[in-house]
Amino acid sequence: MAQLQAKQDALTARLAGLTAPKGGFSHDARQAAFARLAQMGLPGRRDEYWRYTDPAMLNAVAPLEADTLRVEVPIFEGKDKLRLVFEDGVFDAAASDDMAMAGIEISLLSQADAQDLHWAKALYGTLEAAGQTPVARPFASLNTAVAHEGLLIRVTGKAPRPIHISYRQKSSTSDAILHHCIKVEAGADLTVLETGISGARSNVVMEADIAAGGKLHHIRPQGRSHGKQLVTHIFARLAAESLFKSFTLSMNGRMTRNEAVIEFTGDDAQAHVAGAAVGDGAFHHDDTVFITHDALRCESRQVFKKVLKNGAVGVFQGKILVKAGAQKTDGYQISQALMLDDDSQFLAKPELEIYADDVVCSHGSTSGAIDEAALFYLRSRGVPMRTAQSLLVLAFLAEAIAEIEDQDLAEDIRARMEDWLSRHQGK
Amino acid sequence: MLEINNLHVKLEEEDKVILKGVNLKIGAGEVHAIMGPNGSGKSTLSYVLSGKGGYEVTDGSAILEGAELLDMEPEDRAAAGLFLAFQYPVEIPGVGNMTFLRTAVNAQRKARGEDELSAADFLKIVRAKAKALKIDAEMMKRPVNVGFSGGEKKRNEILQMAMLEPKMCILDETDSGLDVDAMKLVSEGVNALRDAGRSFLVITHYQRLLDHIKPDFVHIMADGRIIKTGGPELALEVENNGYADILAEVV
Ligand SMILES: Nc1ncnc2c1ncn2[C@@H]1O[C@H](COP(=O)(O)OP(=O)(O)OP(=O)(O)O)[C@@H](O)[C@H]1O
Ligand SMILES: [Mg+2]
Repeated sequence: MAQLQAKQDALTARLAGLTAPKGGFSHDARQAAFARLAQMGLPGRRDEYWRYTDPAMLNAVAPLEADTLRVEVPIFEGKDKLRLVFEDGVFDAAASDDMAMAGIEISLLSQADAQDLHWAKALYGTLEAAGQTPVARPFASLNTAVAHEGLLIRVTGKAPRPIHISYRQKSSTSDAILHHCIKVEAGADLTVLETGISGARSNVVMEADIAAGGKLHHIRPQGRSHGKQLVTHIFARLAAESLFKSFTLSMNGRMTRNEAVIEFTGDDAQAHVAGAAVGDGAFHHDDTVFITHDALRCESRQVFKKVLKNGAVGVFQGKILVKAGAQKTDGYQISQALMLDDDSQFLAKPELEIYADDVVCSHGSTSGAIDEAALFYLRSRGVPMRTAQSLLVLAFLAEAIAEIEDQDLAEDIRARMEDWLSRHQGK
Repeated sequence: MLEINNLHVKLEEEDKVILKGVNLKIGAGEVHAIMGPNGSGKSTLSYVLSGKGGYEVTDGSAILEGAELLDMEPEDRAAAGLFLAFQYPVEIPGVGNMTFLRTAVNAQRKARGEDELSAADFLKIVRAKAKALKIDAEMMKRPVNVGFSGGEKKRNEILQMAMLEPKMCILDETDSGLDVDAMKLVSEGVNALRDAGRSFLVITHYQRLLDHIKPDFVHIMADGRIIKTGGPELALEVENNGYADILAEVV
């Protein structure tokens, strides 16, 4: 009781500093989110789902100050893309491209009330609400309830260019809350690139509804600010024969919680979620994934790799739930940490819950040091120590990066990793 | 080329002495073979020369063309011209064979103050050398030694040697696991590299290899020492009679 009270007190304090948009197309969804929140409160340290990650920084009324990287090194420069920029959580029209693109409708959440977007009304908060059982995700409901900005994207054909959501942080105390909805219609195909850090603290939700045969690729290098506090949720719903592939690169960050909640509702669909995270020192990084198979012959893959040093902490909580009747499910999950010293920590909780009898599900979790035999082999061929280490770290991350289909994008991610490694070698 | 004097080596973690005073002098252009019973310290010698961790040199020296090898990092020994073809080549998942080779070749060139090879030049050279060893392009694309058969791993070692063009080549049981044809290929690869400025130390259990790669000297190692040195006939003696007589002679 006292525990729930504390959670609700935390919520009251947090909400006191926030305003919610009034009225509009999302009114009902927001009211429902507020009601859910009132039941849940904010996460507490005793919550099983927050056992390895202290929610205090995310609960706090104000963010901790975070360094602003004045020059965010651009990535994916070689790709022709439609860029939409958010600075400290606020849309920057001047820095953004024109939103018109064949086969795609893009609106801002803040301007959607003037338009009559039936699909957005049906989607906003819906997947988030569905994702609240069996495990509560209060920060996602908070986001639905109070987000003022975000993108509403509906794609009806093969998008000619990727959409690039580019975040920038200028203020060291900004508290960004963004809510994106993506509707991939039957047979449509879209790539979304999400780069950078939107605030000192950010809470970003993406709801993705993928209709039959639709494809959504999502690649997200999260920017390398050290002080950032970040909680993200991806809610994806997959209809028959659809595909969702999401890859996240995380470098640095004192507090990151990336959740992915995926549900197969149609047969023969595929969802891959992957992540590569590298941290040195004050780094806490949590990947929490929940995949529900509720259809026939769907394939899910979770591939998460973390490189940790100097007391960095990595967390992985991944679950595959196979409902009764979801026969021929193919579920794979791997979480691995590479410890570059003895001071770091990796906490993993892989879970399988299976109610169908004809399925193939596997999971594995390991943590280990760099392979000394391999290191010596490389050095014996004249490869300098640092280069050899980089090669081995990149090799360790390769399985996660391999989840990116587009080879140019994968190469950019690899280069970013190499760059990080070269800056974080030695002690 | 290489001069090993009174080399004593023990395990770092244990009080186990493995090399108990190895003396060996290899002149430029010479081929030396080392034979000896299992566990006599042959691989240890090759590891210590190339700088593998876990061993402690308690006495002695190993001079490669005037420079003390034992003071150098493994990569510097390689750049100085030392190469070890491993008895058990290491598998490195996630690192492409081609990337690995190119990184190694260019790192050594850089360490020696030479220009790096361009991607195109490198490719041309590696293709020709791989072809001579019957290593197909598909194998080059795979991760280093992963999924290679025993014989493929050994051929890959020789390819690396051919690409790196070292001065002092140590081959640790490169013949083990090779079929007759592969043995010929590998020997041809080695013989092609023989020249007045390059020396070889060939560790083997079998006379067979020495039919292909003709040694100038054969040494017998036992219990961490070289106990006998002779010409190619010594290998034949081992092949026919085993080590018992030689060991008895010394004791
Ligand atoms: N890292 C180690 N830990 C424990 N023992 C070791 C280690 N390295 C070598 N030894 C021991 O040292 C001795 C010499 O080993 P080494 O591998 O050098 O022999 P070898 O002559 O190459 O044998 P083989 O003909 O079987 O290849 C053996 O008794 C071996 O068990
Ligand atoms: Mg041996």
